[in-house]
Amino acid sequence: MVTTANNLVYERPEGFTDTPTHYCPGCTHGVAHRLVAEVLEEMGVLEKTIGVAPVGCAVFAYNYFDTDFVEAPHGRAPAMATGIKRVLPDRVVFTYQGDGDLASIGMGEITHAAARGENITVIFINNANYGMTGGQMAPTTLPGMKTTSSPNGRDVETQGYPIRMSEMLATLDGAGYVVRRSLHDPKNIRLAKKAIRLAFETQLRGLGFSLVELLSTCPTNWGMTPVESLKFVEDKMVSYFPLGDYKISQGVAQLKV
Amino acid sequence: MTREMWEGNQAIAEAAVRAGLEAYFGYPITPQTEVLEYLSRRMPELGRTFVQAESELGAINMVYGAACAGVRVMSTSSSPGVSLMMEGLSYIAGTEIPAVLVNVMRGGPGLGNIAPSQSDYNQAVHGGGHGDYYPIVLAPASVQEAVDLMALSFDLAEKYRSICMMIMDGSIGQMMEPINMPEMRPVQRKDWDWATNGRMGKRERHVLTSIYLDPYEEEKTNLRLLERLQQVQANEVRYKEYFLDDAEFVVIGFGTAGRVSLSAVRAAREQGIKVGLLRPVTVSPFPHKVVDELVKRIQGFLVVEMNTGQMLEDVRLSVKGRAPVEFYGRPGGVVPFPDEVLAEIKRVASSRLSLEANPRDAWFERMMAMK
Ligand SMILES: Cc1ncc(C[n+]2csc(CCOP(=O)(O)OP(=O)(O)O)c2C)c(N)n1
Ligand code: SF4
Ligand SMILES: [Mg+2]
Repeated sequence: MVTTANNLVYERPEGFTDTPTHYCPGCTHGVAHRLVAEVLEEMGVLEKTIGVAPVGCAVFAYNYFDTDFVEAPHGRAPAMATGIKRVLPDRVVFTYQGDGDLASIGMGEITHAAARGENITVIFINNANYGMTGGQMAPTTLPGMKTTSSPNGRDVETQGYPIRMSEMLATLDGAGYVVRRSLHDPKNIRLAKKAIRLAFETQLRGLGFSLVELLSTCPTNWGMTPVESLKFVEDKMVSYFPLGDYKISQGVAQLKV
Repeated sequence: MTREMWEGNQAIAEAAVRAGLEAYFGYPITPQTEVLEYLSRRMPELGRTFVQAESELGAINMVYGAACAGVRVMSTSSSPGVSLMMEGLSYIAGTEIPAVLVNVMRGGPGLGNIAPSQSDYNQAVHGGGHGDYYPIVLAPASVQEAVDLMALSFDLAEKYRSICMMIMDGSIGQMMEPINMPEMRPVQRKDWDWATNGRMGKRERHVLTSIYLDPYEEEKTNLRLLERLQQVQANEVRYKEYFLDDAEFVVIGFGTAGRVSLSAVRAAREQGIKVGLLRPVTVSPFPHKVVDELVKRIQGFLVVEMNTGQMLEDVRLSVKGRAPVEFYGRPGGVVPFPDEVLAEIKRVASSRLSLEANPRDAWFERMMAMK
């Protein structure tokens, strides 16, 4: 079919480079990337944005966004972002991190970036496992959930409980905007995009640390089809990780976008 | 210029400021904390960046970020803290960007103590972090020299897109000495063609990473880093020499061990012993050529260190068994007295030296016999 303006259903946002994706089919990392690229484009800030890629499946995030990018050591993206933002306060600086990266090895860096009220934006992909290394247990793996390192299902007696990062970070006074959204259906994707927009607006207005947690799929390591994995997010993940606004500071509450 | 009394740690902090330091990230640890404390006041006063990080991991990765943004940035720490920074240092090396780090070394391994030591020579000079890389390492022997090397550290780091580390010990960090503080240089933010500071409508995007998934690309990177080491080796060797012209014996020591040795060498000269001192200022690049020259005309070397013989291996690498090498060390945070080194000089000058003996083993035996 010839693509014309009338039947155009997909267009590469300006914020994207022309690079084929390396993500697995049905993986919502791609959706999250697209939302961020669209928001940066709509806000007209691509020129002054510097992204910080994590270690995880999004390690190559820098291939896709048409902005300056750096690639952090595992978990240290918020520290790198701090270094960049402090010396370039008029730029837009964001990190894009998985749950192993952010909630396990990078717990110190994310917590203190939030506590310091670093004026950065964090896109946090919670897919309940370590995707890149082949699906091991993450701090966010649900109780009873099977992974390659919890083969009998996560036993909370010996392997502890999942960490709800948004709730935890929301307790910190430095956090301006901390919310959880999901990418399991179009309605939630639209809500996620709005939240990402608000997070970047928080940064632009200098209102402190902003984080959007996105419940995400990993069909490959969950051993599910893309459709099954969306259903898993909706049925299983949302109940353990409730969607909602965990921190909206007074300043952010007054933002109109 | 009038000389002023400065404590070593505060002096290097001010020297860095005057060399155009734009951002500092650090974490408290003795005997380096005065740098952090000094800059916590000084940097904001000048409208520059200061952050006390959550850990040395945080600090070095903030350095990494600011370095990617293209500004003059540094951190300082002491041995256990520098161990934590090794991850970040390896990434910075792999990304080929300039960064400056000062290690005010203390006794180790482990928590060790807070006494002056040179125990991290190997970690600094021979890598420390993972992967094939070669930092530039400077070793001052006085507060004045530390101050003078501060500006050079930034210049070298930028010239070679490399890590420049200054290793000094707690005695230099915490001692007061009269010095000349250099003039304030203006902050000059250079428009590096690699910095990730936003496209700003001017250029293609910049990406800075240390990933080379293709082994052939990583190999190229490793070779590029090695090539840079060779340029540094050819252009940047710095050392101080004392009484070498007619020397029959040469003491080699860096930093405080070199300074203590100088007193001992002077005393030995008064007693008619023809001994000189070679004090490497750059321990990486090591002054191999100078040692190589000396081999041809002297009767023996005495390496003095505040560790169990780390630089000793680099000396032996230059000497290649062509001249006797002896060793005297005080590890663990013990600073040798000039008298001890003088006794060693006398011993070396009056014994029949062997080319075959392992200098560390021989020293170890003497140490154990004394205990
Ligand atoms: C210091 C260090 N430890 C471990 C690893 C191996 N590693 C690479 S990615 C990863 C997990 C990433 O999981 P997550 O952050 O959840 O991202 P995802 O792939 O699921 O998006 C690990 C442990 C590493 N690269 N560096
Ligand atoms: S492994 Fe999982 S998280 Fe990674 S790209 Fe594939 S589906 Fe996505
Ligand atoms: Mg994950």
